[in-house]
Amino acid sequence: MNIYLLSPEISLLALALVVILLDLFMDRKWLLGVVSVVGLIVPAAFTVALWGTNQTAFGGALVVDQFSLFFKLFFLVVVALVILSSTDYAHKFAAFRGEYYAILLLATTGMMLMASTRELISIYVALELTGISLYVLTGFLKDDKSSEAGLKYLLLGAVASAVLLYGMALVFGLTGTTHLREIATAISAEGLLSSPALLMGIVLLVAGFGFKIAAVPFQMWVPDVYEGAPTPVTAYLSVASKAAGFAVILRVFYEALGPASLDWGMIFAVIAAITMTVGNVVAIAQSNIKRMLGYSSIAQAGYLMIGLAAASTTGSSALVFFLVCYAFTNLGAFIAIIAISNKIDSDQIADYSGMARRAPLLSLALALCLISLAGIPPTAGFMAKLYIFSAGIDSGLVWLVIIAVINTVIAAYYYLRVVRVIYLGAPLSEERVPSSGALRAALSFACLGVLALGIYPWMVLRIAEVAASMLLP
Amino acid sequence: MGLDIAFWILAVVCVGAALAVVLLRNIFRAALFLVLCFFTVAGIYVALGADFLAGAQVLIYVGAIGVLIIFAIMLTRESRQGSPSGRLRLPALLIGLLFLVTMVFVVVGTDWSVVAEIPTEPTTSAIAQALFSGEEGFVLAFEIAAALILAAIIGAIVLVREK
Repeated sequence: MNIYLLSPEISLLALALVVILLDLFMDRKWLLGVVSVVGLIVPAAFTVALWGTNQTAFGGALVVDQFSLFFKLFFLVVVALVILSSTDYAHKFAAFRGEYYAILLLATTGMMLMASTRELISIYVALELTGISLYVLTGFLKDDKSSEAGLKYLLLGAVASAVLLYGMALVFGLTGTTHLREIATAISAEGLLSSPALLMGIVLLVAGFGFKIAAVPFQMWVPDVYEGAPTPVTAYLSVASKAAGFAVILRVFYEALGPASLDWGMIFAVIAAITMTVGNVVAIAQSNIKRMLGYSSIAQAGYLMIGLAAASTTGSSALVFFLVCYAFTNLGAFIAIIAISNKIDSDQIADYSGMARRAPLLSLALALCLISLAGIPPTAGFMAKLYIFSAGIDSGLVWLVIIAVINTVIAAYYYLRVVRVIYLGAPLSEERVPSSGALRAALSFACLGVLALGIYPWMVLRIAEVAASMLLP
Repeated sequence: MGLDIAFWILAVVCVGAALAVVLLRNIFRAALFLVLCFFTVAGIYVALGADFLAGAQVLIYVGAIGVLIIFAIMLTRESRQGSPSGRLRLPALLIGLLFLVTMVFVVVGTDWSVVAEIPTEPTTSAIAQALFSGEEGFVLAFEIAAALILAAIIGAIVLVREK
């Protein structure tokens, strides 16, 4: 067995431990953030060095292929941006800075493992590692709202885990194995496709994973948790946690339940339509920008699920590409919000009035990201929607794509409303909005990504295709 | 035959205890019924020949978690009353019943592959093999669980300590 295959996760875990140990001895706590970001180079280097391998370890439980490596690099970049943008926010929990970075890194370890495991028990434990870390991070502020959010997330997350385990138990009971490829073999060899237990298992798995990606009707935790959690954690939740959920869904449904793709393709298509509609319609009524982006992220999950409903390699590669575009866009929006709400101490959209005169660059970045979320060219959001819609049409899901296009129009209304408030509203004061260098670096990186993917998407698109081709169709 | 009778007794007591946990207003009694529920599940494991699992169930759930819950109730003053009856009681009951009916239909309607004989050997060494043998076992899940416990401990410390 080749332990080198596990080197990205091991080095990231070691980095988390180093951060905790340094926290004990170091007085200058701001250095912990620097150590965390710089240390991420090690697991990233291991991940890049492994690119091109296609091997398994631990009896097939761990799989290192371009799909998992792609997601590992993705999570590392996202957590680096989140840590950079946390520097302006960390004074709110100054006593626990070391623990904050360590738990962020542990959550990332869990996500990397989620993308890389091919066996139900390992997938579940990796999912729980991510989940427990995120529950803690949500309650990190320890004020009323944050604690309530943490508790709600924990309770609903526990229910979702139970549902997921029930589904896994049914699939295991039916096929007698927890390894994804062997499940697929057993399903087609023993003619289990028409078995009610398999259908029930699929439904329960969709429900359990649907909680992670915040699909309707498993989305009720999103607004409260997004509003109560520290804003960098909200950004992390809305991007990395969702991406990890989609990575696991792609892996489980394509590799283990591929023979039953007609069943789950239909389920995902219906959920996608409901999810995007509910997310967008409710988002219109929001006055708090974090809640609005919460509902917007639900709607984006709906668009993403078109890739699942398509149940084809085109669909999964469009999904992976969409995830990258969405990550840059949403992170950019949240980073700008961190800087602005740090100064004005409010998340109300009305308080953003005339922000363009107080913080021209931050406002420009926020406007760019909102335009990208709305899917207007020349941004990443436009390209992402284009590819995922065409994947849907390729698979004959014209009705779903029509619903999605109508939704895009609805969504443009509430995204552009914020842009209007920022640019045309009267400023509430003349004070400038300050931001740290680290935050500005993270924000410029995200915005550059949004523009680059909107103008020249081919390179990332090709990598997404390679990653998606690793999964069985 | 004897095992069948044992199973049905255990199953009825288990479901009854679980219902009592949900329905009783006195939270302390609910906790005691939870312990009874854990015990009967351990009994079902014994009836299935899963001796190690039964032992772990008694040690961890009955011993550790049961005691912890009772301690938590005794240390918090205001929580003597159990779950208050909410407006969602009826819808919850309906959905629960619907799920129950679906599950019964699924379990009855599926052609499960059943192992004929009950394993008589002690299962401890077999479980150890399955957990720790590198190539075929579940050692990866075991290692991830270690990281999971680390995250949980750090998280518990952060959440409990004063700001």
